[in-house]
Amino acid sequence: MNKTVTFRIWRGDATGGKFVDYTTEITEGLVVLDVVHKIQATQANDLACRWNCKAGKCGSCSAEVNGMPKLMCMTRMDTLDISKPITIEPMRAFPSIRDLVTDVSWNFRVKTKIKKFKPRTPDAPDGSWRMQQEDVDRVQEFRKCIECFLCQDVCHVLRDHHKHEEFIGPRFLVYTAALEMHPLDTEDRLEELKQAHGIGFCNITKCCTKVCPEHITITDNAIIPLKERVVDEYYDPFGWLWKALRPKG
Amino acid sequence: MATNYETFDYDVLVIGAGGAGLRAAIEASAAGVKVGLICKSLLGKAHTVMAEGGMAAAMGNVDDRDSWKVHFADTMRGGQYVNNWRMAELHAKEAPERVHELEAWGAVFDRTKEGKISQRNFGGHRYPRLAHVGDRTGLELIRTLQDHGIHQGISVHMEYTIVSLLKDGDRVVGAFGYERERGRFRIFKAKAVVVCTGGLGRAYRVTSNSWEGTGDGVSLAYHAGAELLDMEFIQFHPTGMIWPPSVQGILVTESVRGEGGVLKNKEGRRFMYDDIPENYKSQTSLDPEEGWRYTQNDKNAKRPPELLTRDHVARCINREVKAGRGSPHGGVFLDIAWIKEKIPNSAEHIKRKLPSMYHQFMQLANLDITKEPMEVGPTTHYAMGGIRVNGDTQATNVPGLFAAGECAAGLHGANRLGGNSLSDLIVFGKRAGEYAAKFAKENPAGTISEAQIAAAYREAVEPFEHPAGSGSEGPYQVQYDLQNLMQSNVGIVRLQNEMEAALSGIQQLKARAAKVAVQGHLEYNPGWHTAIDLKHLLTVSEAITIASLDRKESRGGHFREDFPNKDAEAGKYNSVISKAADGSMNFRREPIPPMPEALKQVIEEMK
Repeated sequence: MNKTVTFRIWRGDATGGKFVDYTTEITEGLVVLDVVHKIQATQANDLACRWNCKAGKCGSCSAEVNGMPKLMCMTRMDTLDISKPITIEPMRAFPSIRDLVTDVSWNFRVKTKIKKFKPRTPDAPDGSWRMQQEDVDRVQEFRKCIECFLCQDVCHVLRDHHKHEEFIGPRFLVYTAALEMHPLDTEDRLEELKQAHGIGFCNITKCCTKVCPEHITITDNAIIPLKERVVDEYYDPFGWLWKALRPKG
Repeated sequence: MATNYETFDYDVLVIGAGGAGLRAAIEASAAGVKVGLICKSLLGKAHTVMAEGGMAAAMGNVDDRDSWKVHFADTMRGGQYVNNWRMAELHAKEAPERVHELEAWGAVFDRTKEGKISQRNFGGHRYPRLAHVGDRTGLELIRTLQDHGIHQGISVHMEYTIVSLLKDGDRVVGAFGYERERGRFRIFKAKAVVVCTGGLGRAYRVTSNSWEGTGDGVSLAYHAGAELLDMEFIQFHPTGMIWPPSVQGILVTESVRGEGGVLKNKEGRRFMYDDIPENYKSQTSLDPEEGWRYTQNDKNAKRPPELLTRDHVARCINREVKAGRGSPHGGVFLDIAWIKEKIPNSAEHIKRKLPSMYHQFMQLANLDITKEPMEVGPTTHYAMGGIRVNGDTQATNVPGLFAAGECAAGLHGANRLGGNSLSDLIVFGKRAGEYAAKFAKENPAGTISEAQIAAAYREAVEPFEHPAGSGSEGPYQVQYDLQNLMQSNVGIVRLQNEMEAALSGIQQLKARAAKVAVQGHLEYNPGWHTAIDLKHLLTVSEAITIASLDRKESRGGHFREDFPNKDAEAGKYNSVISKAADGSMNFRREPIPPMPEALKQVIEEMK
């Protein structure tokens, strides 16, 4: 059952690098991360890659496998054509640190800029709230996010146009949507979405939705409804009129 | 030159950023002290994300007969009464408040029809008690704490590894570590240090733990003078994936059984009916129909035997496999697909209740759990033992050093109930943060000698000085050999002579580990990191083996084929390990402090 496979892995750091071929035997049932680990243990002890859970739950082992953004731990070898070398590259939307490891710290900085959850006063004297399951289904979908940042990697606004200072990317639009649509939240994030967080840069190509390993419908369920809220708030003339005329109180 | 290292100065340094570490950091920070938080990986990736089933808290939202007393009694019964009863009491009393707090910080739990936080059944819990979000509760916990914590002014150090705790006399006053991304060493000065480094499952070949679970905190604390408690009690989770080989050990949540999944051997027999322990007989149903009703929240039904405690279920599976009644790949069958006989549209129901299990088997094993049974077998999951702490304050015997979460010991006794881990993290993470902050306010900063730092540095970089080839080997082979040794000799079924062999094997591995050579340089070098982890793995493996050799009985996670029964005398003490002056491992038995009458009475009432 053993077969031979060649992995063409990008080795290098911020100053540059190159692809190096590693040929190894594989057995049944392996995923890409297993093969990377095998190469690491036997041929290249210092090959850098991030991983933790190896079950698609932590979102650490993001990389580009044959050019497609994937979690290495959830990409089965039998889904790949092993008659040709398989290329493994780091995520290209982020600066290189070493080999398959990129500097994703920008994502963590972005998150701190989004206004935090602010709940309404509790519904019950014991400090708890009442919410119906159907009212939290949508938010729970967004909260499945494992922060693998594959959606950020594939987003052309970040990857090709490098708008990291002006646009927070699909991950943080989903994060904002989870807060904005949280039944208990009372904060208003529309102004920052429109200005500092650059929601207008997204032109709904849906690449992010396609690569999401948690199958979150990022564009349809998170980004488009947020865009609609921004439009209602800032671009709807009837809305302006209503706000101008409505009794203050 | 020590003076050249960048130095950070904190009141409280928290090592480890899983549920306990984050909760400790949040609490300390809220107390108004300056807090540093060390993450071995990126923030939010800690092993807590793998917790699936839920967090146990006696809120009584689904069954109002539940109360802290029932939860306390369940925890003690599950732990076979060697638990730290004070921790079990505090845990049961405080868990509901901690869960409500998570909701106030943005967590979105599954709901009951009345709109309250829903609670599910789990092994060893008398009533539905686990607050949950599908089967990804750990992710919800860590993300909630992370997203709350980043606004609290905590300094977060991602991808750092602590290689040594630093002391001033008897007191811990800081830590020495390195930043993995750039390979630079750093000094962390702190008035108090909280260790929240989680588990040590990587000491075994088949484990649900990620690469991080190498017992760092237990080992760091031990080498700094802290006592270790009950190291023999390791939990082998009954249901890990076993096929394909690359996923061996990955967890299959207990919720599968909580939602009605049944265990069968290759003859199709529900073998769990064959062996029901005496102290659970009154709570367990012999009628499959009643067991099913229990999983569907029928308050009057008793639980099916699949939901007995994890230690017992794991041993039953082991027995079936050894008797030749196992599944093709050496496990047993776990079947949730059968509920199609009971529920219309069962496939959708399963996908909604167990989304990540569906996903995990579909993607990794190409198996549809709504149609076919899974193959499962025991996997090393959790260390009940660890750093000995004060039940109220989480302080260790070393001044300035605190511990919480899996790396601390006491709450779970000889066997942890599913769902009690996540609640442990938030209850005792909070307490550790609170008391560490208090300690930091009451004590001045210590001084750290240059010699200490120089020694820690030398030890850390030593593997680079071993020339490759000249009789030295890479770190991975030593790690594999240790994992195989522990798996076969100090695993789920233990024997005197096998453990003695393990103990001498560990000494040989220590000698090999001292000589491992690594390639490359300091920046993001996994080989080097593995070499550093080896010291921790060897330390905890030795402690597990020594404690297991001494306990000549079977209790909870510790099962001895040569002493298969419980011994009432052995139930009166805990195992304590400390580092002797000559550097050897010192073992002693210590009597369990007498339980207050009021708590004894609670246990009696709940029998």
